[in-house]
Amino acid sequence: MDGFRPHNEAELVQLLRAPGPAFELAAGGSKRGVGRPVDAPLLDLSGLTGIIDYAPGELVLTARPATPLAQIEAMLGARRQRLGFEPPAGQTLGGVLMANSSGSRRISAGSARDHFLGFRAVNGRGEAFVGGGRVVKNVTGFDLPKALAGSWGTLAALTEVTVRLVPAAETESTLLFDCAGVAAAVDLCSQALGSMFEVSAAAYLPVHGVALRLEGLAASVQSRIAGLMPALGRSAQSLLQAADSALFWRRIGALEALADLPVIWRLSVPPREAARVLDAIEPEAFQLDWGGGLICLGARRVDAARVRGALRGGHATLIRASAAERRANAVFEPLPPALAAIAGRLKAAFDPDNRLNPGRMD
Amino acid sequence: MLAPMICLPQPDAAILARKAAILENLRTILDPVDVIDDDLLLRAYETDGLTAYRQRPLAVVLPNTTAEVAAVLRFAHLQGVGIVPRGAGTSLSGGAVPAADAIVVGMGRFNRILEIDYADRCLVAQSGVTNLAISQAVAARNFYYAPDPSSQIACTIGGNVAENSGGVHCLKYGLTTHNVLGVEMVTPQGEILRLGGRYLDAGHYDWLGLMIGSEGLLGIVTEVTVRILPKPQTARAVLIGFSTTTGASACVADVIAAGIIPAGMEMMDGPAIRAAEDFVQAGYPLDVEALLIVELDGPQAEVDELLAQVTGIANRHGATSCRVSADEAERLRFWAGRKAAFPAVGRISPDYLCMDGSIPRHQLAAVLQSIAELSVRHGLRVANVFHAGDGNLHPLILYDANRAGELDRAEAFGNDILRLCVDVGGVLTGEHGVGLEKRDLMTYQFTPTDLTVQHRIKQVFDPQLRFNPGKVFPTLSRCSEQGREHVHADSSRHAGLPRF
Repeated sequence: MDGFRPHNEAELVQLLRAPGPAFELAAGGSKRGVGRPVDAPLLDLSGLTGIIDYAPGELVLTARPATPLAQIEAMLGARRQRLGFEPPAGQTLGGVLMANSSGSRRISAGSARDHFLGFRAVNGRGEAFVGGGRVVKNVTGFDLPKALAGSWGTLAALTEVTVRLVPAAETESTLLFDCAGVAAAVDLCSQALGSMFEVSAAAYLPVHGVALRLEGLAASVQSRIAGLMPALGRSAQSLLQAADSALFWRRIGALEALADLPVIWRLSVPPREAARVLDAIEPEAFQLDWGGGLICLGARRVDAARVRGALRGGHATLIRASAAERRANAVFEPLPPALAAIAGRLKAAFDPDNRLNPGRMD
Repeated sequence: MLAPMICLPQPDAAILARKAAILENLRTILDPVDVIDDDLLLRAYETDGLTAYRQRPLAVVLPNTTAEVAAVLRFAHLQGVGIVPRGAGTSLSGGAVPAADAIVVGMGRFNRILEIDYADRCLVAQSGVTNLAISQAVAARNFYYAPDPSSQIACTIGGNVAENSGGVHCLKYGLTTHNVLGVEMVTPQGEILRLGGRYLDAGHYDWLGLMIGSEGLLGIVTEVTVRILPKPQTARAVLIGFSTTTGASACVADVIAAGIIPAGMEMMDGPAIRAAEDFVQAGYPLDVEALLIVELDGPQAEVDELLAQVTGIANRHGATSCRVSADEAERLRFWAGRKAAFPAVGRISPDYLCMDGSIPRHQLAAVLQSIAELSVRHGLRVANVFHAGDGNLHPLILYDANRAGELDRAEAFGNDILRLCVDVGGVLTGEHGVGLEKRDLMTYQFTPTDLTVQHRIKQVFDPQLRFNPGKVFPTLSRCSEQGREHVHADSSRHAGLPRF
């Protein structure tokens, strides 16, 4: 039964305040394959769409959560602004925040949650409430946007969100370096990210080598390219400019290198651990981003014990797998007992009757 | 002495009656020298940066290890005794003001930097290490820790985590929450947890994000892992004078609208400029009514171009003076005046209250005008020193605590300013925290449901409500002094609210 589609906050409140079933929450639906399968009717949030307030001079945007990212980015682009954290394409704004979905620029600009200033939402009790605010600097009360970012719709359904924006860079360039092996690649990324040349993204793909991106004013990018290579003690094999550079990073964000594999894991690790972790797992395919701190690996089988067993610090999330495999394996990083108990109490504080995405993060 | 307007919680007589036994127990858990109950020694802990409020605690303990913190907290949990965490005691919102029936846990002994990892660009410190010590520890390798609150020579990284502290550079580099990767903490039940680590983002709920800025209500942080950043290639500041704060405010808005994110963009008004110049001789012009310090950092080529743009915008808005720092010494001198502005104002007035509202940037000029009008109405002077770039105001209300009624008037003035901030779409506090000071105004910004939702999170971690009692959440508890009850109906848009 797919008949639950609120058009505004009041309808959502009414739906959740009245006794009723649990729901699977979705708007664009791009993430329905992430998390334990939710065996519940769909709560279709796609009606909560539209820009509420865009103040370019404030670098702040308020919109309803189902607004497509493509629509937002087109609007921002016309004013030479953007979302700083480079969310991968094909999502809604609310989905991006609920999944804390950040792209390659996360390493220099922060994550989705870092740009999430405030919201209105309805919790599992049918209470409408606000968290955060509409200003960039705010420490009033608990940081509820952090509590909701990455909560995958298990605590509340967003009805309105406010995010911080950044000026778009005038131009960008990407340097590609041949590199023999993961350890050497991470070393090169660390040197570059530790330099004063403001590298905005650093990735490694076995077929391309290490990719370092520089963004900003044209004159600045030019002079940093000239400074970075001597600082690293080596020359780039090739240089991608402007649109070519942007396309390269979009393909990294889309995980094209792993497209053919049925299982994808996303691992956040200390960068220096990347080589050891990959040696231990031996995946069919992988790419590194965030200077080595983000490993996306593709595989034929889930093999959760092997993947999680390789971690010493960090976490692994299964972002592509069949429903049967997601039923059989923890999709999100399992919590130690003390935190699991707190997680249970947090869920109950927002959603005591377990009506929002029940079991999805278990 | 007048009763302060904000009530400290009424102490639990049963706990006060057990004081001797509680102290005896604490002295078996810790080395007896680390347990303080001597009246004279306790005086050092009776207040923090919000000096109008003073309260002697039941006792102060100074643990040396995480295991000792956990042991103290387990004991307090079993005994139902309150806990007030304390770093350096620099909170401007009364976040570390003790309660009479609670144990202050001072984290001063947690003063070691444990590890520096330049390859992964992070540093692990115990929570009592000062903010500045972190930047100093990595300075030789040309790294630094970005958040730089004005109190950075004294304030601790653990206190920064509790308050989600900012500073003049958070316009570009973010608050504490954007620069901390992980913490080790002890829960109110005495359990040791690790949240985050040397990697990015959370694998489940964002516990770390929830803990940062929780004002000591959810636990005590014992260790912090921070991101360290390479120092920018160059940094230059420009000092721009205006004959009105309106011109300066318009300049701020246009710099941001032009797509420039300065490393810092600070404003001072006439009274603040003159106080700071008298105090540190920073070279500020004295014939202006508003001064902007705009700092640009990054690659040389970029800084040069952006400086030209900023000075162009300033001139279009009628800047009366514009001076770019010629060298590093001059840049630091520009900042010396700003960083010393609070103590400088302390020299021209016996006491001051520092407010911390945050507003949309386009409201700057209008709000400054309203503050000037409120100053006349309340009959108290005000000096403005603030983070203009991110709309975070710091009006300093000047008063004399020894003159009858002035503290009350200063607080009433401050409350008017904060209500004004909320009215224009802003918030009560941008970086100093709610603490004791702004607790009773929370009902102005939030509905009863909003506060109930937040308070449930408090109960998730601290169901007995023993951690930092009397802070952040409004309360109807009776005043500890004179048993007088204060109900600030005037400060509330939501009378009849369930209060915590």
